[in-house]
Amino acid sequence: MSKFKKKKAGGSPGISTASLPDIVFMLLFFFMVSTVMREVTLKVEVKRPKATEVNKLERKSLVSYIYIGAPKKSFQDQFGTADRIQLNDAFATKNDIIQFVEAEREQRNPAEVPLMTFSFKADVDAEMGIVTDVKQELRKANALKINYSTYKTDNILE
Amino acid sequence: MARRQAPEINAGSMADIAFLLLIFFLVTTTMDVDTGLTRRLPPPIEEPLEDIPEVKQRNVFQVLVNANDDLLVEGEPMDISNLREEAKNFIVGDPNFQDPEMPEGKLTPLPILGEVMVSKQIVSLQNDRGTSYDMYIKVQNELVAAYNEVRDEFAQRKFGKTVKQLEKDAELSEKAEMQLDVVKDFYPQRISEAEPKNVGE
Repeated sequence: MSKFKKKKAGGSPGISTASLPDIVFMLLFFFMVSTVMREVTLKVEVKRPKATEVNKLERKSLVSYIYIGAPKKSFQDQFGTADRIQLNDAFATKNDIIQFVEAEREQRNPAEVPLMTFSFKADVDAEMGIVTDVKQELRKANALKINYSTYKTDNILE
Repeated sequence: MARRQAPEINAGSMADIAFLLLIFFLVTTTMDVDTGLTRRLPPPIEEPLEDIPEVKQRNVFQVLVNANDDLLVEGEPMDISNLREEAKNFIVGDPNFQDPEMPEGKLTPLPILGEVMVSKQIVSLQNDRGTSYDMYIKVQNELVAAYNEVRDEFAQRKFGKTVKQLEKDAELSEKAEMQLDVVKDFYPQRISEAEPKNVGE
């Protein structure tokens, strides 16, 4: 006579799925919190260059982006293939920069305006002429903190 | 009338709804961290300056980039792979400040070190309108890298720590903060970009 009953043979016990919603909710909250919705639709082709000595851009709420590159295929019949500036959702010229800077400043807390950064998202194949123009306009608008958006790599020379 | 008991809500489909939302956020999430080279532009010039301070040729490390992305460094064509080493040599300069090819020194009071000779080095960068953005970033990157490496070596020699370690420690200790300032003041990052010249306007 044995004290221990033999387990019933065969038939795996069903796994309880009661905690599945909890797990899924956990993941859901994680992604909800970490998601940044894309604010603009890119109308220009931007392939960022690579660099090794990069800094992280902190305080994303204080960063405004200026996109520079050749218009995407669908816009080329209208805007050509020369490099263009894109501010927010529209093509712009260098004369719009000062206004753009002012508009961006107005959206921020006045105390934080000096901390604002303007980030260049320019294409590797863009020419420096247009970038220099934008830089000059930013200087005129007294927006002196800039950032050249790049990918981080370990070696740029290959 | 008998009070009806509230029927229990079936929570079985909760998981499905949560999954649906989860998948939506999974798809829309972009997790790229924004990185880049941070620079500061010079303030605008109101009027043309009358007396521009003269900078001696020996104090300037001149880097020119033309429309074909060729480099001319101190009057000599150079490959981008040598730029970092050349720039480092120039920034460190001659320890006795005697070499007429290398920058002069200037007596500067610094914390910890006291009065020391600090090199008057300036790196001047000028590019053409036709230079590609890629090349420009490469040159900028190499120049910043040169400064970072020189500072790192100096920090290692003087304080036995890299600049990164100092930056980390600076949040906690005042001494590290001061050491970091010394490193930055001893090799100040001076990358000057020439005013663009408008030829045909």
